[in-house]
Amino acid sequence: MKPFEQVVAEYGPMVLRVCRAVLGPHEAEDAAAETFLSALRAYPGLGPDANVEAWLVTIAHRKAIDAVRSAARRPVAVAAVPDRPTRSGRPEDTDVDLWAAVAALPERQRTVLAYHHLAGLPYKRIAEITGGTAEAARRAAADGIRTLRSTYLREDEDDD
Amino acid sequence: MTELFAALPDDDAALARLHGRLVEAAAAEGILDVAYRTVDTPVGTLLLATTDRGLVRVAYPGQGHDAALAQLAETVSPRVLHAPRRLDAVARQLDEYFGRRRRVFDVPLDLRLAKGFRREVLDHLVDIPYGATESYSDVAVAAGSPRAVRAVGTACATNPVPVVLPCHRVVRADGSAGQYAGGADAKRALLSLEAA
Repeated sequence: MKPFEQVVAEYGPMVLRVCRAVLGPHEAEDAAAETFLSALRAYPGLGPDANVEAWLVTIAHRKAIDAVRSAARRPVAVAAVPDRPTRSGRPEDTDVDLWAAVAALPERQRTVLAYHHLAGLPYKRIAEITGGTAEAARRAAADGIRTLRSTYLREDEDDD
Repeated sequence: MTELFAALPDDDAALARLHGRLVEAAAAEGILDVAYRTVDTPVGTLLLATTDRGLVRVAYPGQGHDAALAQLAETVSPRVLHAPRRLDAVARQLDEYFGRRRRVFDVPLDLRLAKGFRREVLDHLVDIPYGATESYSDVAVAAGSPRAVRAVGTACATNPVPVVLPCHRVVRADGSAGQYAGGADAKRALLSLEAA
């Protein structure tokens, strides 16, 4: 099997984005770090034919559930508006609106949308991870995308 | 609809933090089985890899750093991470060696990649002092198998930790440098460094 460093290099960006979409910017890095630590623990036992994306998303999903639960126990709700450290002049600034629009979606929509559009998993596999049916996952993702189109893309036009 | 996300840039700073946290947590938990880094030297960029027992691999560019890491993943553990700080001591000693400020390496070694007779040859290499050379047949005698001259050549060629274990000090009977894991030029460079 390949060195774990390669797994981090190949899938680090995907896991970070998925965690960010599901949890928002504050919790994302913690969840991504915990995902990779758990993955590293289990890595020697991973089968040679395993789908690494699905494996990582499955772990990230559990970490996200943990993070959401512990956030729910805290008095401060997960913020819909990401307040990020100032990064003026950096290209990521243009994406703040997209992430904010994703954060405003219902949790179920954010989750399936992230697993399909950011991790590239088929809906059947997503349903195995999140529960429910593939068709329900497909509908939730479509609803999320529709909302993003009307919020994020409209805001985009407003900027012009 | 993926095009909505297609233009998202990678957040390199976040990825670097993620990697740093992973290395730290893995080390704390004792599951950073193989740590590696590279170091630039006059004989090329060397890959250094260590286990918790000690330095397990030094690889020349010509041997393929990726191939060396793949071999470690197969034979030692796939829990391989880029963790330069774990190799600071070795890197510093190599720097001193190439700067002619060090003649003997003082780092723990993990020679699990070498078995049997090859291992016996490696155990003898440390006895060849800085600046000296021995022939392949000298080493065969010293390793207890006078007729195993070719096997000594193989043991040197497959030395998992070249430079640190000085297989470059094993030369042909006629005094010419002969072949080397890092290429004949690197061998001559090391010998002339030590002869100066």
